[in-house]
Amino acid sequence: MSEQRTIRLIVTRQDDPDSRPYQEEFRIPYRQNMNVISAFMEIQRNPVNAAGEKVRPIQWESNCLEEVCGACSMVINGRPRQACSALIDKLEQPIRISPMNTFPVIRDLIVDRGRMFDALKRVKAWIPIDGSHDLGPGPRQSQEESDWRYELSKCMTCGVCLQACPNVNNSSDFMGPFIVGQVNLFNAHPTGALNKDERTSALIGEGGLQECGNSQNCVQACPKGIPLTTSIAIMNRESTRFVLKKWLSF
Amino acid sequence: MNEKCIIVGGGLAGLMATIKAAELGANIELFSIVPVKRSHSVCAQGGINGAVNTKGEGDSPWEHFDDTIYGGDFLANQPPVKAMCEAAPGIIYLMDRMGVPFTRTPEGLIDFRRFGGTKHHRTAFAGATTGQQLLYALDEQVRRYETEGKVTKYEHWEFLGIIQDDEGRCRGIVAQNLRGGEIRSFLADAVILATGGPGIIFGKTTNSMINTGTAASAVYQQGVTYANGEFIQVHPTAIPGDDKLRLMSESARGEGGRIWTYKDGKPWYFLEEMYPEYGNLVPRDIATRAIFKVCVDDKLGINGENMVYLDLSHKDPKELDRKLGGIIEIYEKFIGEDPHKVPMRIFPAVHYSMGGMWVDFNQMTNIPGLFAAGECEYQYHGANRLGANSLLSCIYGGMVTAPNALAYIRGLDKHVDSFAPDFGESQRKDREDQYEQLLNMEGTENAYLIHKELGEWMTDNVTVVRHNDRLLKTDEKIQELIERYQKIDMIDTSRWSNQAVPFTRQLWNMLQLARVITLGAYNRNESRGAHYKPDFPDRNDEDWLKTTLASFTPDGPKFDYESVDVSLIKPRPRRYDVAKKGAANS
Repeated sequence: MSEQRTIRLIVTRQDDPDSRPYQEEFRIPYRQNMNVISAFMEIQRNPVNAAGEKVRPIQWESNCLEEVCGACSMVINGRPRQACSALIDKLEQPIRISPMNTFPVIRDLIVDRGRMFDALKRVKAWIPIDGSHDLGPGPRQSQEESDWRYELSKCMTCGVCLQACPNVNNSSDFMGPFIVGQVNLFNAHPTGALNKDERTSALIGEGGLQECGNSQNCVQACPKGIPLTTSIAIMNRESTRFVLKKWLSF
Repeated sequence: MNEKCIIVGGGLAGLMATIKAAELGANIELFSIVPVKRSHSVCAQGGINGAVNTKGEGDSPWEHFDDTIYGGDFLANQPPVKAMCEAAPGIIYLMDRMGVPFTRTPEGLIDFRRFGGTKHHRTAFAGATTGQQLLYALDEQVRRYETEGKVTKYEHWEFLGIIQDDEGRCRGIVAQNLRGGEIRSFLADAVILATGGPGIIFGKTTNSMINTGTAASAVYQQGVTYANGEFIQVHPTAIPGDDKLRLMSESARGEGGRIWTYKDGKPWYFLEEMYPEYGNLVPRDIATRAIFKVCVDDKLGINGENMVYLDLSHKDPKELDRKLGGIIEIYEKFIGEDPHKVPMRIFPAVHYSMGGMWVDFNQMTNIPGLFAAGECEYQYHGANRLGANSLLSCIYGGMVTAPNALAYIRGLDKHVDSFAPDFGESQRKDREDQYEQLLNMEGTENAYLIHKELGEWMTDNVTVVRHNDRLLKTDEKIQELIERYQKIDMIDTSRWSNQAVPFTRQLWNMLQLARVITLGAYNRNESRGAHYKPDFPDRNDEDWLKTTLASFTPDGPKFDYESVDVSLIKPRPRRYDVAKKGAANS
């Protein structure tokens, strides 16, 4: 091939939380096995836009580059996903990239996902152990129990399910689909089950399960294939039981 | 009394230290450049070692200890390694109680699999994303302490350096908020660094983007001794990529995966042939050199390229999904082929640093009050780390460091809260001035291109096979890059969420540490563990059974050596073609 192939990227940029977003186009020399991240790295080495103007390189978050850390979520050709596993060869061009704007934008593609970590605090997403001293092994668990919890435990807090969910928006305070899976994860553990009502109660509190509109976008968007809608069904049953129990105990 | 402790880094070591310190009543300020849940520990795949001996194989912590010392080619000081192996079963049980979804046996017990450098099933695992699952469990416990007010997190903050008092004791840190840009001092009587390895010095590796070694290098330049820097582990099985080299866990071989290439038109299982006793489960340095030899010297890589097969296609697909799902998914996503059906194509990649900050048996560096735990220190792996020992050494390191740090604080005559109100301000101001200088750099060089060049030189000359002439040339190259660094053009001068200036600051630290690694390798004229020189092919205990100690000077690293504590297991030749003779259990 005589002509150098190029990749076209159209990136939605924003200088800071208060400024207006704008689009900028980049043309990058093509190499084999590139992903969206390596295209961005090329811009760092040569920060020039398609018009030939020197610009500030794109700001984005990424870390592991193998889809386990959850850092590099963004919207690529209309779909929220991890940028590291977005292979250039599989994307239609021009590739349009924008931040997951269901979260506050910090700069360019960087968003503030702090609300997700706050939600984990609200639902007490942990096993309350007595202490880290040596108390022997934990409770025995069947392969099935453990495998089910492992599926739920792959959640990287990446935020893709919140971006995909129509019920996470300005007029709702829904904590997001991921949190349902997390409550399910801890309630399904033999020790975690001892105080599952605390978590269930938090899950049906403000911004909880009742905000879910059952669009089922989350389960399709989740990069880890976490069974979120199954979890939502399980937690719906568990909260009904919880509410009845509370009502009967009056 | 509520001691205050600063912990930098939120991977396994930092989070475990945080939990221990919080349990002991301390108040902790925890710093991390990324949300701690995104730390590099998430990338660990295969598992965590502990001689729980539930398979009727007669395994024991002593056997684990002996495998680790032998696997590390006798370069590790032995008492701390023994203590770690003894603590290992308890650590696995603790993680189990925290809810880690370990893969189970039919009886409901934690399952164990084999790993390199041992004959025992000693590795507990959660599919093939064990590091992620362990990290999440610790992250959850830390979050619990956060809600109780014992832990304050500073995420998206970068550690810039320590603050020392007139006696040279560490009394706090200077850190920068990577969003707003403000540079602040934080005071405490003890600081624990748990900041991970320096892999990114080698450019494309199996490491995460944050593993630049910048924190360790910053304190090295402040006087911390850096030990065994030349011992860099190159993992035998990674998949080449344009942005990084993605790890394919050793557990693939632990579960029966075989390495081969074509020779004379037929599959050649060269590890099984060369090392009949351990076969595909030789330690990483051995497997890497064999693959390197087959591809580079014998030109027998797949289609003449630098690649061989890692084959799982003969295994039961359901079992593969349960035990190795995580890595199979990575291969499918990034390469587009199905390892259930076709062999994976792999090649070695820089993976781990055995070397790191020198620490004493209490995990304290040579600067009083500054402690280190996890990959950033040098203590547990000698000249080569065994697979699945890193998650153990990180958690164990964090576990013992925090109580030691608090004991140190309690033993002090005066505490930092009694110091003058402006204590630390001048050291903070220095870092701020440095930032302003970086922000205003005008020139012709691009920091990211200098880094690329550094990585290529380091990977070509300071990894699997080392020659003294090339090591010297590499050091000259690094010095040239240090000169060119002065001419960097700052490509982003914004004061809000600027990534270019912090990267440029990290690049300086990478260049300094690169010299420690390269010259340490140049000086060590022997072959031991991951350090291999064809001109000096044998281990030389008489001259080189000693720890390399590098200290910073403005003219480059100065090297000293100290003897290794081999008080428990007498050094013996290390071979994997025949069965290991066990050391006498004293």
